Amino acid sequence: MKVHVDPARCQGHGRCYDLAPQFFASDDEGYGSERNGGVIPDGQEHEAQVAAMNCPEMAIDVEQ
Amino acid sequence: MTVDDRFAGDADERFTDRTSHGRRNEPTIGPVTDWATDFDHLDDAWAADPYEIQDDLRQRCPVAHTDRFGGGWLPTRYEDVAAVAYDSDRFSSRSVVMSNFRSDVALAPAGGTPPITSDPPFHHGARKLLLPAFTRTAIAALEPATRAYCHELLDGLGGSSEIDAAVDYAQHIPMRAISDMLGFPPEDGPEFAGFVASVLEGINLPLTERLEGIGALFHYLSAQIDDHLAHPREDLTSYLIDAELDGEKLDAFHVAGTMGLLLVAGIDTTWSAIGASLWHLAGHPGDRERLVAEPALLPTAVEELLRAYAPVTMARLVREDMTWGGVEMKGEDWLLLSFPAANRDPAQFERADEVVIDREVNRHAAFGLGIHRCLGSHLARMELRVALEVWLERHPTFSLADPDAVTWSHGQVRGPRRLPLKIG
Ligand code: HEM
Ligand code: SF4
Repeated sequence: MKVHVDPARCQGHGRCYDLAPQFFASDDEGYGSERNGGVIPDGQEHEAQVAAMNCPEMAIDVEQ
Repeated sequence: MTVDDRFAGDADERFTDRTSHGRRNEPTIGPVTDWATDFDHLDDAWAADPYEIQDDLRQRCPVAHTDRFGGGWLPTRYEDVAAVAYDSDRFSSRSVVMSNFRSDVALAPAGGTPPITSDPPFHHGARKLLLPAFTRTAIAALEPATRAYCHELLDGLGGSSEIDAAVDYAQHIPMRAISDMLGFPPEDGPEFAGFVASVLEGINLPLTERLEGIGALFHYLSAQIDDHLAHPREDLTSYLIDAELDGEKLDAFHVAGTMGLLLVAGIDTTWSAIGASLWHLAGHPGDRERLVAEPALLPTAVEELLRAYAPVTMARLVREDMTWGGVEMKGEDWLLLSFPAANRDPAQFERADEVVIDREVNRHAAFGLGIHRCLGSHLARMELRVALEVWLERHPTFSLADPDAVTWSHGQVRGPRRLPLKIG
């Protein structure tokens, strides 16, 4: 699975890096981005999925 | 040191003069006849329980209207609230408190208190200046002091068997946090409550009275600016005085307006969220016991309490006559932007009207949507989590001392203002 934060939609709510700091990071202004090129290791999809589903701006694209 | 002539002369008079120009309406007083055609967010019934009213409107009249306040609209579906929040082309933030006063058009695009009253393209830069101080990492540094202060407040109440959690606990936590960030003396806290009330709750007061309150706020801010010019330090006030936008220092109105915004937006919002959460737990022993047993659930619970009791409703001004959502809107009509109503739309949330304390997926809009997303959301979340954590640790068992003695604020920020809790 791969995740990607769309900077055009992200408003820096920080739900992603709060819920799954291993997969998402914050920049100096609070905007989110994916770590490790967005690659989610097998078996950890659920946590990444939950983070994506909690983004109020629906800014996180998930590719199965 | 050269004198900073941006702040020379009688600055607070200039601030007050500038904020007092605009369009006024005569207040319409009297009970609401029909919420679909005559809504009034200052009505007692709305303060007591807005959710029943909003649920009813969502079903029978998803974009309600009122002639009060010079005309306004109230969408209650998540989809419509989101559409307005994302549409700054057609809905302006020039005035965000729906009242009988619309600020002067000449203040656009910055508005009186940037960035909340700013529209694009001005908004972006005014907001960007503030972002670094409010990131999750910057806020995490304030957590130990916040926790210590929560303990100190409860220590001060000793072994009381009854505590007013709104008056003696909730309100002080955000006051201390934001006044520390702005670099104001901690003992000025009680004065801030008065400023907040005149800006946010004094909506139906005679305008002269409301403006007097706003004048007192700017008078206070002017004095703080003068003190910071004379003694610069590491805080948000000195930061704003020195900050630049497009290579130029901010004008005096921008500096004072932003300081005023941070003070007002930082206090009764979070005070309301802490109070409403404790009110819920006092009346729902099952949820309370679960959080005492499983403190790790608290961050998830905080999101659900924010969804269900979202304290903040915003407003917009319609820019031009248009048809929107099947209704005919006129330029300068208000639009009451109810994030609380959006958060209880069953089309968006399962079991929307229930508090599901371990709700895993919770795309709520308590902190707004789009470009004005709450700048203080990381601070507010930290304060709310720490305030509840400390309370539950110190007072794991509590209930409403007298449900009828609980009072709720009127206006666009909703939370308990009196909340007597029985301890033990
Ligand atoms: C639980 C507490 C809080 C809630 C529910 C809340 C809610 C909101 C909402 C809904 C907005 C969006 C406004 C709009 O769309 O026009 C907003 C904006 C804002 N909030 Fe908060 N807020 C809270 C606490 C705070 C705190 C602690 C601060 C700190 C100073 C703060 C500062 C701001 C500022 C400066 C804006 C304007 C941002 C902009 O226009 O770009 N808020 N807040
Ligand atoms: S949760 Fe969404 S809006 Fe918030 S930082 Fe992550 S991607 Fe951005």
